[in-house]
Amino acid sequence: MENSEVGLPLIGEKAPDFEAVTTQGTLRLSDFEGSWLVLFSHPADFTPVCTTEFIAFSNIYSELQKRNTQLLGLSVDSVSSHIAWVRNVEEKMGVKIPFPIIADLNKEVSKKFGMIHPAQSKTETVRCVFIIDPESKIRTILYYPLTTGRNMNEILRIIDALQTTDKHKVATPANWNVGDPVVVPPPNSTEGAEERGKEGYDCKDWYLCFKKL
Amino acid sequence: MIDMPCVSPDGKPTKSGIATLSAIKNGALTPEAVSEKTGQALFKVRSGLRELVKAELVEQKDKNYKLTPKAEQLLA
Repeated sequence: MENSEVGLPLIGEKAPDFEAVTTQGTLRLSDFEGSWLVLFSHPADFTPVCTTEFIAFSNIYSELQKRNTQLLGLSVDSVSSHIAWVRNVEEKMGVKIPFPIIADLNKEVSKKFGMIHPAQSKTETVRCVFIIDPESKIRTILYYPLTTGRNMNEILRIIDALQTTDKHKVATPANWNVGDPVVVPPPNSTEGAEERGKEGYDCKDWYLCFKKL
Repeated sequence: MIDMPCVSPDGKPTKSGIATLSAIKNGALTPEAVSEKTGQALFKVRSGLRELVKAELVEQKDKNYKLTPKAEQLLA
């Protein structure tokens, strides 16, 4: 196993920049600065699970746009293959793929993002999702095996949670959705812990307090 | 039909390339301003401007982009 095939940028780190050929011209990661980005890989064009995912990503495209979020797909197929596939999806399934797809034939980008897991496949990318913020910082990493299609609602939910955290300086509890109470960051001193109960939050104890936004 | 880059292989600007060139016809603009004026996503504008610079249709000064004489002639 080559180390270069399992390189993985971590949450909180700046995403490695790249320049790649896509179905919408040559793009750099830095071209997306100022907006959120969902960078995702799929194993191969003209495969069943990937086709369902591309339709699903297209279906949430307008919701992503409302969240100032762009989509960027990737596989190790050629641009010609990507073009043929998206045309086929539009013709047979009636769904237009509105986002660019990287043709990572030399695996340069997939290696930088740890998208090839040799024990699964030495030649295909697994189903990765990198959620990258407007400053190009990696905020979420999701990995799915080749056989499991991704959950679009979860991707939207994570973006909502991250944007809520950034805006209100709060955390979000398990199974949180927009409109649900959020978690107030716990105090970091005994004095703060004593005061917490008087701050008007819905507290279960000093370290677990909720509030409505 | 998928969106095309700004410059076709024969060096001529595509439809989105023309839209970008038209946006800066009356004065130099930043990519953000071009995006707002044309309705194209900012990442596409940035990528397209890079292509147009390579094709010598646009030149960059600081954060602004303006037409070259070659592009002015093309749009005339």
